[in-house]
Order: sequence, then C-alpha cells, then structure tokens
Amino acid sequence: MGSFVPNTKEEREQMLREAGYESFDDMFSVIPEEVRLRKPLDLPSGLSEMEALKVMEDLAACNKVYREIFRGAGSYDHYIPAIVKSVTSKEEFLTAYTPYQAEISQGILQSIFEFQTMVCELTGMDVSNASHYDGATAAAESIPMCIDRKHKAAYVSATTDPKVLEVMGTYCFGSNTRLVTVGEADGLTDLEDLKKVLAEDPEAACFYVESPNYYGNLEDVEAIAEIVHGAGAKLVLGIDPIAQAVIKTPRELGADIAVGDGQPLGMPIAFGGPYVGIMATTTDMMRKLPGRIVGETKDHDGRRAYVLTLQAREQHIRREKASSNICSNQDLCALTASVYMASMGPDGMKEVAEQSMAKAHFLRDELVKAGLTQKNCAGEFFNEFVTDCPMGAEALMAALDEKGILGGLPLDAETVLWCATEVNSRSAILEVADTVRSLM
Amino acid sequence: MALFFTKTHEWLLEGDDNTVTIGITNFAQEELGQLVFVNLPEAGDEITAGDAFADVESVKAVSDIMSPVSGTVLEINEELLDAPELINDAPYDAWFVKVGEITYHEDMLSEDEYNTFVEEEKA
Amino acid sequence: MELIFEIGSKGRHLSLLPECDVPKVELGEKYRRTDAPHLPELSENEISRHYTKLAGRTHGVNDGFYPLGSCTMKYNPKVNEEAAALKGFNRIHPLQDPSTVKGALKVMKMAEDALCEITGMDAFTMQPSAGAHGEFTGLLLIKAYHTDRGDMARTKIIVPDSAHGTNPASAAMCGYQVVSIPSGPDGCVDLDALRAAVGPDTAGLMLTNPNTVGLFDKNILDITKIVHEAGGLCYYDGANLNAVMGIVRPGDMGFDCIHSNLHKTFSTPHGGGGPGAGPVGCKKFLARYLPGLCIEEKADGEFDLVKAPGSMGSVKAFNGNFLVVVRALTYILMMGKEGIPEASSNAVLNANYMRVKLSDDFKMAYDTTCMHEFVMDLSPLVKETGVNALDVAKGMLDYGIHPPTMYFPLIVHEALMVEPTETEPKEVLDQCIDVLHEICDIAHTDPDYLHGAPHDTVIGRPDEVEAARHPVVRYTWE
Repeated sequence: MGSFVPNTKEEREQMLREAGYESFDDMFSVIPEEVRLRKPLDLPSGLSEMEALKVMEDLAACNKVYREIFRGAGSYDHYIPAIVKSVTSKEEFLTAYTPYQAEISQGILQSIFEFQTMVCELTGMDVSNASHYDGATAAAESIPMCIDRKHKAAYVSATTDPKVLEVMGTYCFGSNTRLVTVGEADGLTDLEDLKKVLAEDPEAACFYVESPNYYGNLEDVEAIAEIVHGAGAKLVLGIDPIAQAVIKTPRELGADIAVGDGQPLGMPIAFGGPYVGIMATTTDMMRKLPGRIVGETKDHDGRRAYVLTLQAREQHIRREKASSNICSNQDLCALTASVYMASMGPDGMKEVAEQSMAKAHFLRDELVKAGLTQKNCAGEFFNEFVTDCPMGAEALMAALDEKGILGGLPLDAETVLWCATEVNSRSAILEVADTVRSLM
Repeated sequence: MALFFTKTHEWLLEGDDNTVTIGITNFAQEELGQLVFVNLPEAGDEITAGDAFADVESVKAVSDIMSPVSGTVLEINEELLDAPELINDAPYDAWFVKVGEITYHEDMLSEDEYNTFVEEEKA
Repeated sequence: MELIFEIGSKGRHLSLLPECDVPKVELGEKYRRTDAPHLPELSENEISRHYTKLAGRTHGVNDGFYPLGSCTMKYNPKVNEEAAALKGFNRIHPLQDPSTVKGALKVMKMAEDALCEITGMDAFTMQPSAGAHGEFTGLLLIKAYHTDRGDMARTKIIVPDSAHGTNPASAAMCGYQVVSIPSGPDGCVDLDALRAAVGPDTAGLMLTNPNTVGLFDKNILDITKIVHEAGGLCYYDGANLNAVMGIVRPGDMGFDCIHSNLHKTFSTPHGGGGPGAGPVGCKKFLARYLPGLCIEEKADGEFDLVKAPGSMGSVKAFNGNFLVVVRALTYILMMGKEGIPEASSNAVLNANYMRVKLSDDFKMAYDTTCMHEFVMDLSPLVKETGVNALDVAKGMLDYGIHPPTMYFPLIVHEALMVEPTETEPKEVLDQCIDVLHEICDIAHTDPDYLHGAPHDTVIGRPDEVEAARHPVVRYTWE
C-alpha cells in the first residue's frame, strides 16, 4: 500500500509512549465505542505509485481527445504558452495556502495584486477581487451586491448561457431572491421587453447580460445600460476575457460590475475545471465585492508590502452578516491568468482575439457556403455563432467525430452553436465544411 | 445642550427641535482600536432604539453601533466615510448621525454615571 | 521588488502564435476597443525570473513545516500532479458526449464511491469548488428537502459559537437565520442549550466533529438525535475529516449531509488559496436534490450523466474542479483501505505528541486527548510577559515555520491552533516544539524582540490599518 507517513513503526510507538498512550486504540478511547467503525473500510488495498499512475493513465486513455475542437459554450480551447505551465507548477505557489501571514507570502500577495491590476486593465473597472470559483458563481454572487432594502429583484437576459442562468437560479433559491428572465429577439436581448419589465418593477436591483452572449453575439450594452440605470438598477456584464482585448470595456459600456470566466486565459478545458471567476466593479461598490482583495501598503521600515485587505467584509469577521461565505479564491488559476496575460502582452492578447474572431468568421462563411444557414444573428458576433443543421446535429457530429473533430454544440436536433479560436487550422475548418457538404 | 451616554458606549447630544446627534465614546474607540471604515445609514432612514444603525470596522473586527433613540436620520457625517481615523482622533467631534422626529428615548446615563460605569467595566 | 508592470519595455514579446491563415475581420466601431489594456511587455526570460523571484517570497508546504490549524497542510504527492497533467484528462471538453468521456466519468464515480465509504454517505456531487461552497450546497440540500415537504416554517440553522465563520455566512446565503449556541466549558456542544434552541423552526444544525477546538464531541449521537427529533437535519462540516477516516464516519454519527475538502483531507495542493474542491455527500433521501449532473451506472456497466429528479439546480457551470478530483482519486488509490486510516491515526498521534510536549510552557485550552489539532491559550503568557499570540506567530516566521492559525476559534482568547498533519517526521515536530519553547523563553527575557518580529523575512509587519483605510488595490501608471 501507499503511505506518506514518514515515521517508522518504532518511532510511532515511541511517540505514543511519550504522549502517554499504550496504543493507537488507547489514544482513540475518547471516541465513544458506539460510533467507532470496527471494520475495515470497504475500499481496495492501497497501490504503489507505479500501479496508481497506471490506473489513472488507463482511465485517461478511455477519454476521446479530439485533434480539433469547434465547441465552446463556456469552455474554450486556446493555446497555452509553455511558460504558463512552468510558472504555475512551481511548488511554492502550488503548495502554499491563503496568504494569512503576509511576511512569508509576499510572492502570492504580489501576484494577486498584479492579477487584480490586469483584470482592471482588461475591464476598465476600478477594483477586482482575487478571483471567484468560476464565471457562473461570480455572476450569481454579483446579485447580492446590488440588493438592498429597496431593490430586491434580479433580472437576467434570456441570451445568457443556460448554465450560468441555472447557477444564478440556484443561488437565488438560497437567498429567496426573485429572479426574472427578460426576453430575447433574434439572438439579442429584447430591449423593449427590458424597458417594459424594469419600468413596472421599482424593486429591480440589477440586470445581467453577457456580451458576447451565449450565441456569440455582441449586445448593444450601451443601450441596455441606459435602460437599466434609468430604472435605478445596476448593470452586471458577463464578459469573455479574450474578447475584451478588442471590444469596448465594461466601464466604457456603462457596467457597474463585470464578471466572467477566466478559463480562456491559459487554463485547459479539463472537463470543466478548475477554472476561475473574474469579478470587478467600481470604487463605489468596492466594499460589497465578495472574496479576497489584496492591497498595497508599507511595513514599518517603509518597504512596499502587500496584504489581504478590507477583511471586515468577509465571513471570518462578519459571519452571518458577511457579503458572501467565500473563503478562498482560485489562486493558482488567477496566477495562471496573470502569467498568460503577461506572456501575451497587449499585442498578443489582441492577436488571440483577432485570430479567434477571424477563424470563427471564416468557419461561418465556409459553413454557409456548404449550405448551412446562420441563425439568431441580428448583430455582430465574436467567436461563436449559431447555424441550422438540416442533416441533423447528431449525424453531423458523428461524421466529424470519425475524423477526430469535435463539432459545435447541438442546441437542439437541428441547431448547432459553433466556436473557433486561434488554435483551429484553416484546413480543419475546410474539413468541417466538406463534411457538411457530404451530408447535404 | 446636554450630553448623555449609553451602556453600549454611544454618546448623544440633544439639539433643538427634538433632534439628537450620536457618536461613540472615547472608551469605545480605545477598545475598538484603530478604525478603518464606518458603515452609516442614509439620510431619511428610520432607526429604532436598541437596534444597530451603523457599524465600525477595525482591521480584524466589526462592531455594531446601537441607537438609543427611535427616529429619522436627518444627516450623516460623510467625512467619516473617507476618514474613519477622525473617530479615533476626536471621538466627541466625530459624530455619526443627526436624528430627528424622535419618538422614543432609552434611559441614558449622565457623564458621571457613565464614567462610573466604565470604571466598573474595566474592573 | 518590482511589480511585473515595472519591468520590460515597450515592444518586447514572446513568439507564441503563427500568422493568421484566414482573412481578419474588423469589429464595427460601436463595439471596438480603441485603447489597448496596459499589460506587461516582456521577454520569456524576464517573465520566468519575475515569477521565480515571487516564488522565493512564498512559503509553501514544500518550504517547511506548515501547522496551520483547520487547514490540513499535508504533503501533496507529486504523482497527483502527473495524473492531472495527462492529456486524456486535460484536453476533454465538458460538453463532450458522455460516450467519449468514459474515463472521466469513471474517475468521478470512483471518487464518489470512495468518499461515500469513508464518510458513510450514499451519494456525492463533485460540483462545489471549496469548503464554503460545499457548505452552501449542503444547506441548499436541507432547504430543498424542507421546501419539497412544504415545511416552510423551518427558517433557522443552529451553529455553535465555536464554528468557522463560513458556517453562519453560508446559512445566511441560504436565507436562514443563524442561531448561535454557546459551547460548554469542555469546548463541546452544551446539550441543554441545544435542546432549548431546537423547535419547529429548526431547519438544521451545522457541526464539525472533531470540533473546532480539536476535540471529539462524545455526545454526538445525542446531539444529532435532538436535532432529528425536532425535525431538523444535521450537516457535517468536513473540515476536520482528516482526524477520523476509518475511525468513525459522519454517516454513523447521525449526519445527513457533509462536505469534504479534497485539498485538505485528500492531499490535493492548496494552490495559494485554491483551486480546491468541496464535494458534498448525503444520505439517500437527500440525493434527489443534488446539484449538477449525477453519474449513473447503466445496466451495461457504462456511465451516464443525469439530473437528479428534484435537483436544486447547479452551483457551478460544469462538473466541478475535475482535475482536483483526479488528484484526490490518485491519492485514494495509493492509500487504499489500509493507508487511509493510517493517515488519520498518525495525524492524531502527531498532534497529541506535540500537545503533550508543549504542555509545560503553554496552557492548553482543553487539557485532554485531542484529535488532529489542538488549541493553545496564550492568555497566561500575555499576562506574564505582554507577548501575545500574534507575537509568538510572528516570532515563528524567523525559524522558517508557518505559524499555527491565530485567534481562532473565537471562544478561546489568544488562541494558537496547531495541526501538524501525518506527513511530518518526528524531528520536524521536535524542532517546532524546541522553537516554541525558545520563543517562550525570549518572551520572558526580551519581549520587545518578539513585539518586533519577524526580523529575517523580506518585509516586517505590514501596516494593515493604512491598507484598509485608504485601499490601494491595483497598480496605476504615472
């Protein structure tokens, strides 16, 4: 069996004696007999490292790894620079915990401060937290930031990623918050509906919309902001951090809070996690932001120092009155995002965004040439778009699967949500179009 | 104008027209340590005697400030929002709120009574 | 040292992407960003050195002893990382057809089965990302259960005053009122106080056992019975599970649901604060409310992803922190039925060894056999020398030891909570014991030295008051 207990049997016995116990059983005599587990755990016997790794390798081999992926919907296959993996596997970052002791955690604290700054730069907002679990939980936890005695209802666009919507719904079930979906028209938020429902509800606290939205379309966020603010509510904008390199910042567009999933910034798709939530807001709302925040200060010798700050917002001090129960952040993922952004730089970030957009538009053009029709497309899109699929989504996906290609996400039997990024090759895009053609 | 005190360490200054000004005592600010933020109500809010109407934060703690009166907040001391250190520096100048339309007063202590009470607390 | 924004120069870059082989498109002016974000412009060498420098200013488990109470900072085996780096786990899309991710589903199922056996539960969801996230999910199970039965009067969650701050905060997020009950003088739940607190408005109880002072609450069966008889459910905060694996199971103590911290108990790295994972387990009658997609074994032995019939929804977008589950499963496979109880037994032994050896100079908050951690009460030292728990903790930094958890639980004044874990050799424990004795001596001879500690770290004590009064939370360019 495997073990990571260093002390030998003799050492353990010596320690037991020195601590005043005859045996392990004697030590555990403080546990009442009636609850003691008096049989071995029904688990297999432990393995050596070599055997355990073999089991995991065999399990990994049962998963199909596609050579090209045209599926996004919240998880995006981007290129991950080698330096990102190298930095984030450093044992100091990997094996530390939340930087409670600032004097021996300056490395982590500074890296979070740098992450917060990069998020602010990307979003144009004033303040970012040290990260949240993922984009969906960040969206859900933006709602209580907007709720007060007079504003109790949350509104959300129907163009939202359904998984994000589901998480928001679950959090609202918890907090007994009314969550209302605003209609869509042709792949975009229905502004008339938004105007109407907000005008009828003086308790509206906030409106959540994504741009690019679930269908990949860019929303008219400026118009939305005007409506939302006109109704005395806050605007929460869901973003894609890569798209943010080329589209107007949430701040410019009038958002009060920007949230999103940071996975595209250097994290593998990895069957859904770990990813990282981005959460940024204005100075006015800073003290309502949940999660860790790192601040700059000085030590007694005047040296620059970083600390966890504004802690009185948090659960360990405010307990049931805290703005959230979140305790940790997703620090290693935030670090991943920072190293990714540092290695891309401003030009590289723009290039990833432009190439993703270019590949997606090329894919759209080729699919249309092959006979598919783009759907839900009132405006411009970033790197995802929707088409019909007259040959049946299942048949098309099966044909692509045979070629080692993961096609777009079937939204129903005859509708597909496609995605492309900089990693998709021109030849693979043409292959997808040919496959469509062969099934027409 | 008369200054009164509470056993929860607020001071209260009676003004004209059934109004009062509320802050926290020197003993309170010493106990709380260096304050870093204060959460104040908004003008127009109703506050209730015996309930918290504000809280103050130090680096590692947060403490409720209780109201000795029921009434309506007329004005808040916005200066404290940017400079909570004023509470530490001059607690009797650093008022939190002015309250009017007072409908209920709790029993309060005079300065001598409060000083005796604090001595007992320390002991 | 410099921030990453203060090094490099305009125009430096890495060579990461090929030229675009399709025509570029331009966004309409309405959407287009005009000013580029300020991001670093660096060569790869500079990036590598910057983060190596930051790593040098960070203390991890690999750098030295890390007895941070209630955080279980055990060694993180390297084989876990190797498993998590496998392409077959890394490069699979969460929305692939289940038939193409059989291995991933099996990983989740194997982890679920093992956690069920270790905790005495019947089902688990891997969706929650962290302990606090797990608490929230577990309380939503309780809420969904009462709601489903139309029992809307249950609006209160009982939490002992010794609980982690996340407990009351999680309860509040679930719309519950928190009823805090005092601990008895023995640090355990006061049964009379509990009996007085329960009633038809009790939704449930949140508890850790061993509790937050490191003691096993021997009345646990009475406690869960009192809550059940009042119609409430019992939630087990799995933060302290490392003490009892294979010794006693939450399911056998009367708990209905639980979260487990994979990053504590099951050796996955803490990552400087995450990602961890906080899978939530429950008894059969609550499984119908679990979030996300559950893994169902079909008749042919294949797995499928299905929504529980009364599911609360989802607490995260996809299947949880999958790569963390991969690491934890690798650990569980190596430990097996012998290694898992061995880990707990030695975690408890290491704690008691340290407790006994420190009892001469330090007052123990509860002078009795502890489980995997113990709490020292430094108030006598403060009285004698003026040196407090913070000073002692800061003094330890100069010896390369991460200090214990300070000032928690709140019911002990001047608390230092020590959790050595089972992966520390005896001589590391002995060295830490010596260090604490030495610090105690210094407290008596030169208290000012400790008031000024640490002396040998890259910075001294930071000015936290200024940081909170006038927050600087991002770098700004001139």
